[in-house]
Amino acid sequence: MANAKAAGMTRREAYEAKQRRRSLIVAASSTIAVVAAIMILVPMAPGWEKVQRSFFNGDVLAQTFPKLLDAFLVNIMIFAWCAPAIAILGLLIALARDVKSPALFPLRIFGATFTDIFRGVPVILTVYLIGFGIPGLGLPRPWNSPYIWGSLALILTYSAYVAEIFRSGIDSVHHSQRSAALSLGMSERQVMRDVVLPQAVRNVVPSQMNMLIALQKDVSLLSFIGPVEIFRQAGVFKSLTANFTPYVGAAIIFLIVTIPATRYADHLMAKQRRDRS
Amino acid sequence: MSKMLSATAISLALMSTTAIAGGHCAAGKTLTDGTLTIATGNPAYYPWVMDDAPESGQGFEAAVAYAVAAEMGFAAENVTWVRSSFDEAIQPGVKNFDLNMQQYSIMPERDLVVDFSDPYYTAPMAVLVGAGAVDTAPTLDALRELQWGAVGTTTAVPKLTAVIQPSNDPLLYGDNADVNAAMSANQIDAALFDLPTALFLSAVMIEGSKVLGQFAPDLTDNPDQFGMLMEEGSPLKACVDEALAALTASGELAAIEATWLQDTTGVPLIK
Repeated sequence: MANAKAAGMTRREAYEAKQRRRSLIVAASSTIAVVAAIMILVPMAPGWEKVQRSFFNGDVLAQTFPKLLDAFLVNIMIFAWCAPAIAILGLLIALARDVKSPALFPLRIFGATFTDIFRGVPVILTVYLIGFGIPGLGLPRPWNSPYIWGSLALILTYSAYVAEIFRSGIDSVHHSQRSAALSLGMSERQVMRDVVLPQAVRNVVPSQMNMLIALQKDVSLLSFIGPVEIFRQAGVFKSLTANFTPYVGAAIIFLIVTIPATRYADHLMAKQRRDRS
Repeated sequence: MSKMLSATAISLALMSTTAIAGGHCAAGKTLTDGTLTIATGNPAYYPWVMDDAPESGQGFEAAVAYAVAAEMGFAAENVTWVRSSFDEAIQPGVKNFDLNMQQYSIMPERDLVVDFSDPYYTAPMAVLVGAGAVDTAPTLDALRELQWGAVGTTTAVPKLTAVIQPSNDPLLYGDNADVNAAMSANQIDAALFDLPTALFLSAVMIEGSKVLGQFAPDLTDNPDQFGMLMEEGSPLKACVDEALAALTASGELAAIEATWLQDTTGVPLIK
């Protein structure tokens, strides 16, 4: 349509094109005005130079950024083994809470207790308790590594959230589908595996993307029990240089990862809405 | 109560007719003329004062106190000891002592309300090892092989990476309590603290731990320095500083430190 010649447009199309151009110009000029106002007004504040020196210091950033990137590899590593474990454990917990057989009722109690506890307790307490507590029982090296037990703390906490999301996904599949599948002679197990789960998982992908993004940031909580990941490394640089720029550097690295991930999650959600309507 | 005490002390000082060695700079500037009143903690503890008995002159701060007193012209029998709580002494106001020694770090904020002498001690970095590593030799080579931990926001980190250069990446923590927990859980073998903190942690906090060695104090990395505390604007400050300078120059201060903080504590210098 954009390629169509003006002469070929209907009057309505011409009008709409004009409207679009107009709103584009208004949007552009208002954005420019706001950005310009920020760029002109903020540096006019009396403390700006001091703030700039301690938060946006180019030299400090250049000097610390490569080491921050190195430290970010630790985050990626921890994230890489936590995420699949969380997905599996979360799904198992969700299934445990959904069992229908009376004999397996203890499993339902377990699932409910698990989510109640790990969703309710602050992550940092879980990290301390499991990261220092379990190795404190006297495990030999390397089995007392903070990487192992700190990761377990993250896995337990996040599984509780992820399980609830999976459960909402399972609930979102209409009950009539289960009934229909059962009437075809499928077992409960087959119904769950072949009918309910495929739809349930697809329905909650966007919400789970948000959990991934949150996990990616919460990996930094492991720095409390020893691993020198990006947040701790930035803190060390902060003390060494008496300057907060390393934290800004860490934030930039986080943003480089989270912004595309957030946009992708938005895209998935929009797509899902379109598919459903 | 302490005000009343000091008021009494001051009036006593005014009435007193005893004179000390004429011409010395401390003459007439002490609470009680002819006597130097020194405060310490209640209780005062190892290795700063042995057996909570500063009168014996045993222990690092007790020994420094008598050395400074002698330098200022006070005989040992003219030194009186009083006790004060740590916080009480760093509040502004009239004091019931001439000098107070209980490991006061010289800090700019404190300097606003009280006076500090020049430092009589610079706390060196010391190596605290957990129960599993107490047999490590106090040499850099042996220390390099340990799993290290430190508080991430302190000067221990640059010291660690520059001087010890451990083979494994050190684990870093937010505060001393977390380092303790990691050492108790055997996740780290060794950690760097300033010597007083290390002595305290090994004696009180972490079972089976030991202070393995200390580094010679390095003046460039802004270490903790202890000063004698005096009332703000105390006329004694110049005399005390002069005495400390003389003791430093003669090497007596270093000898006292070697006796009480290296030999007695059994914390050797790391080579």
